[in-house]
Amino acid sequence: MRRLAVVLALVLGLGTAGLPGPVLAVLPDEVLDDPALEARARALSRDLRCLVCRNESIDESNADLARDMRLLVRERLVAGDSDEQVLAFLVARYGEFVLLRPTVQGANLILWVAAPVMFLLALIAAGVYLRRRDRAAEPAAATLTEDERRRLREIMGD
Amino acid sequence: MIVELGHFALILAFVVALAQAVIPMVGASRGWAPWMAVAQPMATTQFLLTAFSFVALTWAFVVSDFSVALVVSNSHTAKPLIYKITGVWGNHEGSLLLWVLILTLFGASAAWFGQGLPAGLRARVLAVQSGIAAAFMAFMLFTSNPFDRLPVPPMDGQDLNPLLQDPGLILHPPFLYLGYVGLSMAFSFALAALIEGRVDAAWGRWVRPWTLAAWVFLTIGIGLGSWWAYYELGWGGFWFWDPVENASLMPWLFAAALLHSAIVVEKREALKSWTILLAILAFGFSLIGTFIVRSGLLTSVHAFAMDPERGIFILMILAAFMGGALTLFAVRAHVMEARGVFGTVSRESALVLNNVLLAVSSFVVFVGTMWPLLAEMLFDRVLSVGPPFFNMAFTPFFVALALILPVGAMLPWKRGDLRATLRQLAPAAALAVSAAALVWAMQTGRSALGPLGVLLGVWVILGVAVDLWVRTGRGELRGRLARMGRLPRADWGKAVAHGGLGVTVFAIAGMLAWETEDIRIARIGEPFQHGAYTLVLTDVQRLEGPNFRTTMGFVTATRDGRDVAELRPERRFYPAAGMPTTEAAIDYGFWRDLYVVLGDAQEDGGWTLRTYVKPFANWMWAGCLLMALGGLLSLSDRRHRVAAGAARRPPRGPDPVAAE
Repeated sequence: MRRLAVVLALVLGLGTAGLPGPVLAVLPDEVLDDPALEARARALSRDLRCLVCRNESIDESNADLARDMRLLVRERLVAGDSDEQVLAFLVARYGEFVLLRPTVQGANLILWVAAPVMFLLALIAAGVYLRRRDRAAEPAAATLTEDERRRLREIMGD
Repeated sequence: MIVELGHFALILAFVVALAQAVIPMVGASRGWAPWMAVAQPMATTQFLLTAFSFVALTWAFVVSDFSVALVVSNSHTAKPLIYKITGVWGNHEGSLLLWVLILTLFGASAAWFGQGLPAGLRARVLAVQSGIAAAFMAFMLFTSNPFDRLPVPPMDGQDLNPLLQDPGLILHPPFLYLGYVGLSMAFSFALAALIEGRVDAAWGRWVRPWTLAAWVFLTIGIGLGSWWAYYELGWGGFWFWDPVENASLMPWLFAAALLHSAIVVEKREALKSWTILLAILAFGFSLIGTFIVRSGLLTSVHAFAMDPERGIFILMILAAFMGGALTLFAVRAHVMEARGVFGTVSRESALVLNNVLLAVSSFVVFVGTMWPLLAEMLFDRVLSVGPPFFNMAFTPFFVALALILPVGAMLPWKRGDLRATLRQLAPAAALAVSAAALVWAMQTGRSALGPLGVLLGVWVILGVAVDLWVRTGRGELRGRLARMGRLPRADWGKAVAHGGLGVTVFAIAGMLAWETEDIRIARIGEPFQHGAYTLVLTDVQRLEGPNFRTTMGFVTATRDGRDVAELRPERRFYPAAGMPTTEAAIDYGFWRDLYVVLGDAQEDGGWTLRTYVKPFANWMWAGCLLMALGGLLSLSDRRHRVAAGAARRPPRGPDPVAAE
């Protein structure tokens, strides 16, 4: 990921400092023998941030730290940790920054509910608007002022 | 000398832009015709001056004038000519010049094609557009001058980042900018309308082609960028929810919403103030994107040391234009009173729902992008918001959008009958559900993503087909087919664009759900199995390219004993930039891509080799192209051209069924 970000940033006009090398993430020697455990490790890796990279998970990164973290995840899994325990272990060690999927605790609730709340508000606003448009139908079609009625009668030759 | 002339032309353009921002505006408010009329030659002049300036900078790159600082840091004599030219916009200053060039091009086009506009509106549009141009020219002249000279020129340049030396990136930035900047036209029209205090069907008809064009360019730009990421990054990812990408997605979503709401303004004279607000927001998010990218704000932790002065300048531009526009909106919006009346079940309502979903999904992206910054500032929490969040929070809204699309697209204007429309769509729904069920049954134990993608894709595409079919009326098959061919281009545009969305949705889900990966140490000559394919690494050679060295793997893929592809994955090293890159080898296929990446040499003589089978990969970009094509078809519709005053032919008889 880092590289796309870097390149887009470059294209759109940032500097050229700190360019990363080619991405080659998970290496064959890291892969666990137990496929179920390995699948869990891969899934977890996708939710963990490579701390020295730019917006890149440890599953995608080829940085040394990412490799160390991948091995750490696998170590914990082999030791029998649940997914939650592995994540808790890494958060304790590296801080909340490591989680690509933000927690639902404290202020983060705002992040998670912002869109649904916005959606509800938008629906309500849209509903009110639509009702008003619907109601507007009757008067617009039927009302003529007294003058207009008289004029109409004249024209119709009554 | 040419470089100095370019610099001088830019300064002149800035002066012209300032004058054009003021004189026609005053003229329009006082009703002085000559003051208004001056906007058009000025817009042309401004464009020509900026174009000259751009050509001058390109010249410096082409002849490798290393006394220009920008050329030194982004070019090299050994670089192929095409990349010398693209190097012009492969950096902050040059890309800004391209941005301004496009801005003035749009301004000039409004002057050229805007003959049919009321004089006052045209003067105001051109003035606002020129104000934006003036702001960005000032930004460039005062903080990011591309024409800066070096007192002591070096012998050679530092080369353009090798990742940017790629055909996919030749066109990616120009298209993206055409899109971003194209939205400035909608913004200028919105502001002009607010100042005039009048929005009517004609205004909607005027804004739509510009928005449509901007949206088409954005679609192509984003598609190209994503395709480039796919083949260049070395593992086939195509979207990463990076702030920089989100910066382009938000305006795209708003532009799509604006496109649809402008239809309501044009056809039904409703949703006026909302459409104005959308036009302001769409361009506002273009500016926010620019700010995010160029200030380095959201990437501060480990990224580039950026000049804070630039960030502040853009923030000021953003604050001035958005603040001004939104204040004006707050003061004047009530003037736009809606005329059209429609039932709760109608095309209008469906488009309102479309707008709600698009705007909210854009809001999701915005909140997720800004949250790390807000959390750090307000709550002192350093955290990340990554792809898992966006996938979870964004997807539901897009799923909902795809679900309502076929229904909304078929509901009649004013007052519809939901049951009648649903009855027409019932076969499409049944087919979509059964296709999804079939896939679900075949792929037991996999994620639900695949079946969901099939459901949505089939539903949207069949929905489009049903819509076209129903529109042909009744009668003989041949007659109906003939009528289908005669449907207005706008109808075909709508159908193609919606179909493209269906294809893309299906492809994204399918690729994510069904791709397979194989990581191994491959030994030369030793075949291995990946799915239905047998692959063998036959050789690895070290070769020389024009400005790089490469390690090239030779991989043969066979299936059932038949040759499928010869693949040549590479690892390159660019000595001038001191940078390695990975070039994946891809066998593009209709049903799947075979994707091979060469890794490091192992001590025992093997090579790390990754192979992926990515089903429906090409469909994703084909879908993007279809969306863009749909936009272009719609743009070429007679009604738009008539609206644009370009052609005034007598009407050629009634359209088969009045549509859209």
